[in-house]
Amino acid sequence: MALQNLGEGRSRPSFSRYFGMSRSAMASPATFMALMAPGVAIVAAFFLIPLVLVAAEVANGPDGWATYLVILTNARYFESLVQTLLMSAGVTVVALILCGIVGMFLVRNRFSGRSVLIGLLTLPLSFPGTVVGFMVIMLAGRQGAVGSISNALIGEKIVFAYEIAGLFIGYLYFSIPRVILAVMASAEKLDPQLEEAARSLGAPRWRVVRDVILPGLMPGLISSGAICFATAMGAFGTAFTLATDIDVLPMVIYTEFTRNANIAVAAALSIALGLITWLCLSAVRFLVGEKADLAARGGA
Amino acid sequence: MRRGWPFYAQLGLTVLLCLFIVVPIVMSALAGVTVNVFKGLSSGLTLRWIFEVWELYAQSILLSLWLAVACLVVTTLAGVPLAYVLVRRPNRLTRMFEEILTLPVAIPGLALALALLITYGGFGSFRSSWVFILIGHVLFTMPFMVRSVAAVMSAMDMKTLEEGAASLGAGFWHRFLHVIVPNAMPGILAGALMVVTLSIGEFNLTWMLHTPLTKTLPVGLADSYASMRLEIGSAYTLIFFVLIMPLLIAMQMLANPGKKRRAASQPAEDE
Repeated sequence: MALQNLGEGRSRPSFSRYFGMSRSAMASPATFMALMAPGVAIVAAFFLIPLVLVAAEVANGPDGWATYLVILTNARYFESLVQTLLMSAGVTVVALILCGIVGMFLVRNRFSGRSVLIGLLTLPLSFPGTVVGFMVIMLAGRQGAVGSISNALIGEKIVFAYEIAGLFIGYLYFSIPRVILAVMASAEKLDPQLEEAARSLGAPRWRVVRDVILPGLMPGLISSGAICFATAMGAFGTAFTLATDIDVLPMVIYTEFTRNANIAVAAALSIALGLITWLCLSAVRFLVGEKADLAARGGA
Repeated sequence: MRRGWPFYAQLGLTVLLCLFIVVPIVMSALAGVTVNVFKGLSSGLTLRWIFEVWELYAQSILLSLWLAVACLVVTTLAGVPLAYVLVRRPNRLTRMFEEILTLPVAIPGLALALALLITYGGFGSFRSSWVFILIGHVLFTMPFMVRSVAAVMSAMDMKTLEEGAASLGAGFWHRFLHVIVPNAMPGILAGALMVVTLSIGEFNLTWMLHTPLTKTLPVGLADSYASMRLEIGSAYTLIFFVLIMPLLIAMQMLANPGKKRRAASQPAEDE
């Protein structure tokens, strides 16, 4: 604060005039360039150039540039795409419903143990996909919690870690922290007085939820849904650890690249996958206007 | 405040969700110190598996820590100046760059790794060094550092601070190092925690980029899940939890006290 007065009260040396700058405190364009140089160099060398080369690599495939369409023309890849889309959409819907209720509850109520619950729910935020897969094995594998409980109750071990249900549970596991954080952030912005008003005007609870809370939460739900969907589309570690019989797209890319050395197809599929997730996040940012929150992603 | 059945129903669901998250964590932690998982806890507790993991995987654990530190150094040195430019010079060009910078987070790690492999996979010694993995980690974590620092920088009155320092005769680099950076410290710290946590846990990229001599902690984890007995996998997971929990707790504490009530207006990216 003291500095501010000084800055205004003093007549500054006029060197800025010689350099054609309006404000002496502004660094020169050359300095800005120097500041950006390391970051720009890293991004250019290790992201932009590889991106262009991958796009070109596709042309070396069996069908030349048509390899780009392989995800639509080849039945196996197309089926994998559909499965991955359905899986991701399903997980997103379930996560949104669960986290919508729980997030809203945690924002609107204060009780002892609340912050512990929040802490626990956001714990897996940076678990790698493999660990999430292992958590599913702990829950529903051969020695898992569900199996032991069902064994004690009905004398039969229920094991579903290695089926599509296990994969779904895994995806849900890493989605919950992300979605709950996003839902809570937007729920805090809602004005509780609106609900109060609706209630005092005689609206039943379900009307308050449908007409007041849901519309208010909607932007937050849409953007967290997009993050959840995009993360699920690209998730590799979980499927890799569970080694389920359904082929999610990232697993197909991995197999094509490593086992079949089918680099062009792997590149084409990667580009398709990258485009889907990027488009999904951008569309939401465009629609909702608020930045789809990348920091709520990480791992998986 | 009276609390009817909806309160308890919602509380029930919340607790259920918490159990879903926590039960497997506790189970795997216990399995890591149990003599024989198939017989259960009654077989006794032991640290044998932890030692065995250390013998088998010490290399990969140490490499992960080393990578995290290296990644932190690079993202701080390159990311803090970037954040400064993005906040101080918001024009079409810098905004476009920010978009490109965050792209590696938006597209799946597998695709990014593939691009790196196709471009640089042919350079033998580079391909098989830890630097190759570091590059992947830097691309993936840089946006988090830049975002976190930029958020703090745009909240502080940088123009006034800089003009004040300039009027006292401070040149640009002096201002940057002694006025801007100290003021942006909370953002740098939050970003640093995020970068280290993400780097230690990164799997999608690393699995593609690693070689038998450059295995990281999560790569070793996947390896132990696939080929070792359940106790070893669990013990290894336990080590991972012990490494990562303090970072997560520090992140939550850093995110909470400063903004308490107003936490609402901040997007989750500060968490």
